[in-house]
Amino acid sequence: MQDEVTRIIQDDVNERIFDEFKNFTVAEFREWILSEDTTGAMISRASRGITSEIVAAVTKLMSNMDLIYGARKIRVIKHCNTTIGKAGTLSARLQPNHPTDDPDGILASVLEGLTFGIGDALIGLNPVDDTTDSVVRVLKRFEEIKQKFEIPTQICVLAHVNTQVDAIKKGAPTDLIFQSIAGSEKGNTAFGFDAKTLEEARQLVLKEGTAEGPNVMYFETGQGSELSSEAHADTDQLTMEARCYGFAKRFDPFIVNTVVGFIGPEYLYDGRQVSRAGLEDHFMGKLTGISMGVDACYTNHMKADQNSIEDLSVLLTAAGCNYFMGIPHGDDVMLNYQSTGYHETAALREMFNLTSIEPFHKWLVKMGFVDEYGRLTNRAGDASLLF
Amino acid sequence: MNEQDLKKMIEQLVSKMVTGESTPVDTIPQVTNYVEQQVNYQPTNVDDGQYIEDITQTDLQKQFLVKDARNKEAYLDMKSKTPARLGLGKAGARYNTISMLRVRADHAAAQDAVFTDVSEEFIKKNNFVFVQTLCKDKDEYLTRPDLGRRFAADTAKVIKSVYPNSPKVILMVGDGLSSSAIEANVENMLPAIKQGLQGYGIETGEVLFVKYARVGAMDDVGEITDADVICMLVGERPGLVTAESMSAYIAYKPKLGIAEAKRTVISNIHKGGTTAVEAGAHTAELIKKMLEKKASGIDLK
Repeated sequence: MQDEVTRIIQDDVNERIFDEFKNFTVAEFREWILSEDTTGAMISRASRGITSEIVAAVTKLMSNMDLIYGARKIRVIKHCNTTIGKAGTLSARLQPNHPTDDPDGILASVLEGLTFGIGDALIGLNPVDDTTDSVVRVLKRFEEIKQKFEIPTQICVLAHVNTQVDAIKKGAPTDLIFQSIAGSEKGNTAFGFDAKTLEEARQLVLKEGTAEGPNVMYFETGQGSELSSEAHADTDQLTMEARCYGFAKRFDPFIVNTVVGFIGPEYLYDGRQVSRAGLEDHFMGKLTGISMGVDACYTNHMKADQNSIEDLSVLLTAAGCNYFMGIPHGDDVMLNYQSTGYHETAALREMFNLTSIEPFHKWLVKMGFVDEYGRLTNRAGDASLLF
Repeated sequence: MNEQDLKKMIEQLVSKMVTGESTPVDTIPQVTNYVEQQVNYQPTNVDDGQYIEDITQTDLQKQFLVKDARNKEAYLDMKSKTPARLGLGKAGARYNTISMLRVRADHAAAQDAVFTDVSEEFIKKNNFVFVQTLCKDKDEYLTRPDLGRRFAADTAKVIKSVYPNSPKVILMVGDGLSSSAIEANVENMLPAIKQGLQGYGIETGEVLFVKYARVGAMDDVGEITDADVICMLVGERPGLVTAESMSAYIAYKPKLGIAEAKRTVISNIHKGGTTAVEAGAHTAELIKKMLEKKASGIDLK
C-alpha cells in the first residue's frame, strides 16, 4: 500500500545508526534504553536510526514505571520564541476555549490563566468558527495581549491548517501552525491535508509568522483516530500513534501532544487505560525525538474522573513531560471534555520543584504572581490585577 | 425526660450501687419507660430546615471566590461572558472545597446521563414503538459504535410492520449518550415538530424509540422503510455545564454509508441553548424543505 507517512519515516532513518541496532531484539533494545550506561543523549541519537514500528514495539514491552524511567532520561529541547523542554521546567498551554468564540469570554480565561502561571508553552484557542476572519480576529487579540503585557510566549489558533495559512496571508500574527495529524496518509487525507500542505505552511510561517523559530509547528494526535477514519490498515492503535510521531518529526515541531482520552471508550475504555496510554504516548514521543506534552483528559462517557487525570499528570511530571493543558478547573466548555486545570500545573510545579520556561517565569515574578521558586503568591488567581 | 435528666438519673443509680445503697424502686420504671420511648421513637418530621444545600443549584457565573480581588465588580462582569469556571480563587495551589465538590457533582450528573437508561415509563407514556439495536447492554453500546447503528433481522421486521408503505416522514428518538437529554427535551420537541408539519399538511405516523442508538441507526431505518425523510432526536455526549443537550439529525432518504455531510443537524437543544420548542418548529421547516428539494445536508443549500 502506498503511504507517504511510511515513506517519510523510512527516508528519515539514519542507516549508519540503524546498523548499530539492527541485530538487537526488542527485549534487548528495552534493556539498552533502561541501562545505567545509556544516557539521554545516546537515546536521542538512537532515535534517528529507528522506525516508528520499533518505537511502538519496545513500548509494548515496557511496564508503566519503565515508561516513566525511560522517558525521564530523554530531554527534547525546542525553540520558538522561548525554549521548551529544559530540565527543571514544566510548561502549560493556556486553552481558553469558549462555546461561541466570544472575544471577551476568551480574554477572561486568558487573563486568569496567566495569573496562575499558565501559558508559557502557548496561548492557543480551539475555535468554534473555523473561518479565516474569525481566526484573524482571535490571533490579533492574542497578539495585543502579548504585546501589552510583554509576555514571552507563543500564540496560535488551532483552526485547520488551510485556514491558518489564509489568516497569515491576510496579515494575522501567528507564532505556530497547528494541525491534528494521523499515522497514515489516508488518515491525514481525512483531516484534509498531506505532507506537502504542512511543508508549505511551515515555510510560510517561517517567512511571514511572528516567531523567532526555528521550531514553528504544533501537532495533536491521539490513539484511535486512524480507526475512526478507517485509515489504520488493520494495524494496532499504538503503532499508528507512534507513526504520527515519526511523521511529525519531519517538520521539527515546537510542541506535540497526544489528546489521550478524548475519542472515547471504544478506544480507551477507562481511567486505567487512559493512564497507560498517556505514559505510552509520552514515552514514544520522547523516544522518537519530538517535544512531547500530554493533554491528560477524559470524556463523560468513559469510566474515568478528575482523579484519574490528576494521577496521570503526577506520573507524567515524574516522567519529565514537557507540558500540559491549562483549562479553568479542567472543564472545557467548548469541546465538552475534562482535562487539567490551571491549578494542576501550579501544584505540580510546586511539588516537583519546577518552574515555567525561564523568561516567562521572570515575567511571572515581575508581575508578582509567583515567587522566585515558582510558587504561587496570594496575588495568583486574581485576573483583575490585569484589567 | 431529656438526655441530661437520664444521665443524671443513671449517675445517681451508679453512685448508689457503688456506695452500696439500694436502688430506689420508683426510678426503675422511669428508666424502662424512657428506654422504650427511645426505641419506639419515630421521627414525625425530618424536614426541619436542617438539610444540606444542593450545590449544583448555585449559578457558577455569579459565584466569586477570589480573596481580596482588586476589582470584584469588573471580574464578575467578565465572568458573565463565559461559562468557564473562573474566579475560583485557591487553597495553596489547589481548589477551594466548594469548587472541587461542584466539579464532582456536575460530573456525576453527566455520568448518570450516559450510564442510566431512558425509563420504560417515559417510553410507555409517550406511546413510542420500542426497538433495540444490536447492542446487548450499555457497555457493549459504549465500546462498539458499529453495533449501535444496526438492527437484527426480527427487529427490522417490527420496524417494517410499523412503516409498511415507504412513509414520507419518520420521527424517531434514540437515547444516544444522554438519557437525561431525551427525558428533558423530547416531550417539548416532538409536539412542536408534529404541529409544524401539520401546518404544512404533512402527516407523521408512530414514533420509534431506539435503545442503545448511534446516529447511524437512522440509516438502517432508512434501508428498512425507504422513508423519504427521517428525523432522529438523540442525546449528545454530556458536558459538565449541561448533561441535557440533545441533537436532531435529519436526512433525506438516509441509507447505510450515507456521507455525514448529507445530514442536517440542529445541536445544542436544551433549556440553556436552543429551546426544544424553537428547535421543533425549525425542524418541521427543514423537513418540508427536504421533501420539496429532495435533498439534505450540504446538498440542501
